[in-house]
Amino acid sequence: MHFWPFSRYFRAPQKATYLPYIICMPYYKNYLVGRANLIKLKSPTFYMDRTSVNPLSSHAKEIRRKILKMIHASKSAHIASALSTVELLVSLYFKIMRIDPKNPSMQGRDILIFSKGHGCSALYATLVQRGYENEKILQEFSTDGGKLWGHVTSGSMKGIEATAGSLGHGLPIGLGMALANKKRNVFVLMGDGECDEGSVWEAILFAGHARASNLIAIIDFNKIQSLGNTAEVLDIEPLAEKFRAAKWAAKEVDGHSIPHICAALQKLPFEEGKPSVLIAHTTKGKGISFMENSLAWHYTPPDDKQLEGALGELS
Amino acid sequence: MRKTFVEKLLLYAKKYPSLMVVTGDLGYSVFEPFMQKFPEKFINAGIAEQNMMGMSAGLALSGKIVFAYSITPFATVRPLEQIRVDICYHNLPVRIIGTGAGLSYGTLGPTHHGTEDLALMRAMPNMAVCAPADKYELAKIMDASMKMKTPLYIRIGRSQEPDVHSFPPPLKIGKGLEVYSKGGDFAIISCGNMVHTALQAAAILFKEGKKGKVISMHTIKPLDSALVLSLAKKMPLFTLEEHSIIGGLGSAVAETLADAGVCPPVFERFALPDAFQKAVGKHEFLRMKNGLTPEAVAKKIIKKL
Repeated sequence: MHFWPFSRYFRAPQKATYLPYIICMPYYKNYLVGRANLIKLKSPTFYMDRTSVNPLSSHAKEIRRKILKMIHASKSAHIASALSTVELLVSLYFKIMRIDPKNPSMQGRDILIFSKGHGCSALYATLVQRGYENEKILQEFSTDGGKLWGHVTSGSMKGIEATAGSLGHGLPIGLGMALANKKRNVFVLMGDGECDEGSVWEAILFAGHARASNLIAIIDFNKIQSLGNTAEVLDIEPLAEKFRAAKWAAKEVDGHSIPHICAALQKLPFEEGKPSVLIAHTTKGKGISFMENSLAWHYTPPDDKQLEGALGELS
Repeated sequence: MRKTFVEKLLLYAKKYPSLMVVTGDLGYSVFEPFMQKFPEKFINAGIAEQNMMGMSAGLALSGKIVFAYSITPFATVRPLEQIRVDICYHNLPVRIIGTGAGLSYGTLGPTHHGTEDLALMRAMPNMAVCAPADKYELAKIMDASMKMKTPLYIRIGRSQEPDVHSFPPPLKIGKGLEVYSKGGDFAIISCGNMVHTALQAAAILFKEGKKGKVISMHTIKPLDSALVLSLAKKMPLFTLEEHSIIGGLGSAVAETLADAGVCPPVFERFALPDAFQKAVGKHEFLRMKNGLTPEAVAKKIIKKL
């Protein structure tokens, strides 16, 4: 009679023989820590969590929740600019980049420079989600006496590689870092509006010329800048053609599809001897229906009711 | 001075594996030996100074010691924000070398005159600012810079400047050098390419019976305020620089005096007016037009004494 838990234990994997062995491993561990976990093993949600729900998209959802709460609490701007970058950051920090959150200054790590510094709430939330810092630090965002400025500032949080805020600085810095150590990849996440800056084009010309093939620019092309639509303010299209003309290899992708982003970045560089650019077509304010494609949400923070509605959409 | 600069770089390239030299497509007849010997340590960024400074910051963020070289206004004014955000905010070991101090580029015109660089670089947090008087001072400052981990701006001349010293002086960054000392009638605090003029003016004054001192204030930031205050308490004080009257060495000295509440018997700043040069001319001609010749300076000092 007292053998029954063991029989349960051996039966459980048989019930789910379609699962690869590695995924079954938690059963064994769970058994060892007590009978309560055996009950958990039987619950259908346990199987679901491990199999059918894409964990990366659940990270994206959690990051959006954190962004909403940070911006709401600090009544700060740029929420829509942060929301359009979420899937790009998740793909990079959870799948593509060679990093170690426990050792943020690991030698030879891949680098991300978040050049559109105003969207920093997304970076802060991603770094917390990835385990660089405790969640508590997010309460320090844009508040009197806090640690986190409203534009990316190096030294304020583990995992931040460079200060940004004035636009057009990230790509030249990233280029220098790529040239200094060619054995690692340097990613620079930029906005589409940021591409108006002359310094961006200086760096594009030089990176192509210098064959900086470990430099990867990622454009969050959300089509809206500070005062209007990018196409109306300063049309940068055809953007991929411009990069290609400067000896870059370019790809375009749906910037909210994690599988597509990961697939596009699986093999780097895109072409030997050329820097790579991933033009990610995104939606400003992505994920919150009433914030999508609206200029106002470049500036406005959500009020209590809007926060509730937005969090509801993410549940 | 530029010859000494490249000779020093050749030495450092062997000694320091992390050395990088970046130029904004300038340095013809300066960099050739370095380019040939150490092509992997040399980047010509093209005529794109913003990218040059950003890239220098990226190199330094990855552990390099970077010398970034251009003509003074293109090394300072043009990429000022990259210097402020990319280099100074990250507090990186980038050495910005501005060649053609003051009016050195004479007839090339106001676009090439470096007359606001000291003011701008002084205002950058974390930045140290140096203006060596001759090749010996430059060599000493460069040596000291290889041990510094923070940003540094070095303003150098063009070429063929007369030497102030006849052998390497015991120079320390942040400590002024007394290069002439005959008495306590006056002190001229000068920097960079005007120290030689200050010495000539002092020689003229000596003939008139006025015995004073000349200080080479090769470091404008951090300023040797102890030296400034000790001189100010004893004798008439003059500053001499080939830079705008706003924000340079004279301003730094005046700020120090005002902050300390010390009033020297006489104080006057000799510098360029807050204006662009109108008359076309070579370096010496422009100095004459602006009252920065030894004779003009000596005359003004005698009047004040």
